[in-house]
Amino acid sequence: MSAAPPSDIVTGAINRGFAARASARLGGGVLRLVLIVVALLWLLPTFGLLVESLRDPAQFANGGWWNAISHPAQLTTGNYTALLKNHAITGSFFNTIKITVPATVAVVLIGSAAGYAFAWLEFPGRDWLFLLIVAMLVIPIQIAFVPVVKLFGSAGLTGSILSVILFHVAFGLPFAIFLLRNFFAGIPRDLLEAARMDGAREGRIFFRIVLPLGLPAIASLGIFQFLWVWNDLLVALIFQPKSEPLTFALASQTRQFGSSIDVLAPGAFLSLIVPLAVFLGFQRFFVQGVMAGSVK
Amino acid sequence: MATMALSHVGKVYEDGTRAVTDLSLDIVDGEFLVFVGPSGCGKTTALRMVAGLETISEGEVRIGSRLVNDVPPRDRDVAMVFQSYALYPHLSVRDNIGFGLQLRKMAKVERSNRVEAAAQVLGLTEYLDRKPRNLSGGQRQRVAMGRAIVRQPQAFLMDEPLSNLDAKLRVQMRAEIGRLQRDLAVTTIYVTHDQTEAMTLGHRVAVMKKGVLQQVAPPQELYDSPVNLFVAGFIGSPAMNLLSGTLRRDESNDYSVDLGAQTLDLPAALLRRRPELARFVDQPIFVGIRPEDIDDVALDGPIPGRTLVGCAELVEPLGSDLVVHLGVDLPGAWNNDDLDELARDTEATISRLPSQGRTAVVARFSPRSAVAVGDLVTMALDTERLHFFEPSTGLSVGAL
Repeated sequence: MSAAPPSDIVTGAINRGFAARASARLGGGVLRLVLIVVALLWLLPTFGLLVESLRDPAQFANGGWWNAISHPAQLTTGNYTALLKNHAITGSFFNTIKITVPATVAVVLIGSAAGYAFAWLEFPGRDWLFLLIVAMLVIPIQIAFVPVVKLFGSAGLTGSILSVILFHVAFGLPFAIFLLRNFFAGIPRDLLEAARMDGAREGRIFFRIVLPLGLPAIASLGIFQFLWVWNDLLVALIFQPKSEPLTFALASQTRQFGSSIDVLAPGAFLSLIVPLAVFLGFQRFFVQGVMAGSVK
Repeated sequence: MATMALSHVGKVYEDGTRAVTDLSLDIVDGEFLVFVGPSGCGKTTALRMVAGLETISEGEVRIGSRLVNDVPPRDRDVAMVFQSYALYPHLSVRDNIGFGLQLRKMAKVERSNRVEAAAQVLGLTEYLDRKPRNLSGGQRQRVAMGRAIVRQPQAFLMDEPLSNLDAKLRVQMRAEIGRLQRDLAVTTIYVTHDQTEAMTLGHRVAVMKKGVLQQVAPPQELYDSPVNLFVAGFIGSPAMNLLSGTLRRDESNDYSVDLGAQTLDLPAALLRRRPELARFVDQPIFVGIRPEDIDDVALDGPIPGRTLVGCAELVEPLGSDLVVHLGVDLPGAWNNDDLDELARDTEATISRLPSQGRTAVVARFSPRSAVAVGDLVTMALDTERLHFFEPSTGLSVGAL
């Protein structure tokens, strides 16, 4: 008879020795433990921030946030109440939304339309143009600041929210087009041809077939773009919009009052909540096998 | 419903590759025409040109009386069934079938009626609200059919619609497609590499090789009178046996053909049907015989001048008959484009090419035959049904 180890016909699992099984189980356990520790370390600052944001400012001098765990009496919602009454902060929160939402929506819409064109439409110079756009990925934004500030100045956009949005859209697009073009190119050609035979024009194909099938990529792109714009401080500092975004407002808190933790901590937590909600909201679009059942 | 006409249609790709050459065909209203040929023979390209998915480099395509060369697919009023089915994965079966109607802005009630009627015909009623991923292969194939029939188009174009199904389902769906086409009487072009599909479905079958139409004829005619070696070898399974011989005529004007050391007498009736054979006296010629026109002499008794001796190398009992592979001593160094193409297409054909002075012959014996591997077998050939081909051109000698 052969020397191959007997295998379980139903599960296909090979009957290994006790030592091998034990080490496999132990290995799995160790891995899980490491992952849990990493996750906790990662979450610790956020948790600290949350606790700090809930502490009475009078207690800050008495030690770090961990003291609040043993003395829950230190916790209060007072900081948040004060924050919501602070119009500088709440106003900047809405300014951030005013910047982030259009900058994300525009990048997703323009990026997917361009991605579809680069993936599926025939036009002269298509591949060279795409190469050019991919090349733009390597241009650091710092290089563009001076010329763009001049450009916005001559266009009368200085200090407007629009200037910040335009900059974010321009620098978000190369990656968006690159990502979506490659994803759309993976849609089976037969599917688009079937739609064409069914009577669809390019516009219909884009909205009815390509966009729904591209949702996983579009959702990822949307989350990335949203996070980049939401968390941006640099672009806001350069273009100095009169309606300043939250990052700007929070940063100026540190400058003016040294460590005004009672404003910073809840403010930072506020700025963290929205992207988290966006991420969780978009998560449902990350479905595996969108193409299942389509071809073959 | 419409007639379709292809006249001198050709396709040359941008890189200079030629896929279809001078294809002319008239398809009558309600006809089921099958394109068949080995992979890369241009049959799918021809179909895609009719669909409008491929530009037409040369010639004209007409649907009805309308020239459609520059008409986009959506305005040609033809429906296509893809090899991959190409179902919209994010839409339910109902929406997949109704997509084309929706694009044509058909009223919701009528659309829903048409979709349900199509689903009824195809047995999909209970699956209408499922997504394609939750369907079996056969059901997906039906949805693809449903998408085509619901539009009531001028013509159906089908690109190997059964090739992704398993053997049993393929037979079942083949019958279903045949029935549907009969009931709807819609002009249909069907592309396949499977000759069984071609023979069973087609009113006429068009055999293509390297972009060139070889022969278009009803299935039986294609089988009985192939115009050249390629068609002869491609249609029929097991394929026609091809032997290289020399034609002889004796003093009394009787014809025979020398096959190595063996000789077959040709009946007068055959010569009356193929008078051109006279041109080939004392010249090499390819002799073709279908496996079913060969039987075991032990069952019928010897008939002088109609027998061939070979050694049984493989016996395949199929129940209904016995497929016997024999080696006949017959040297032959053939060099023919058609045979090369056939050899490339099917492994089966390769074994049929002569090697080491032996030619493989496949015979379909009656199951009562007691032939065993290694036996020296005397075969009785139905010499009335011999085919002859000119070695240089591969063309059939004398039409039947």
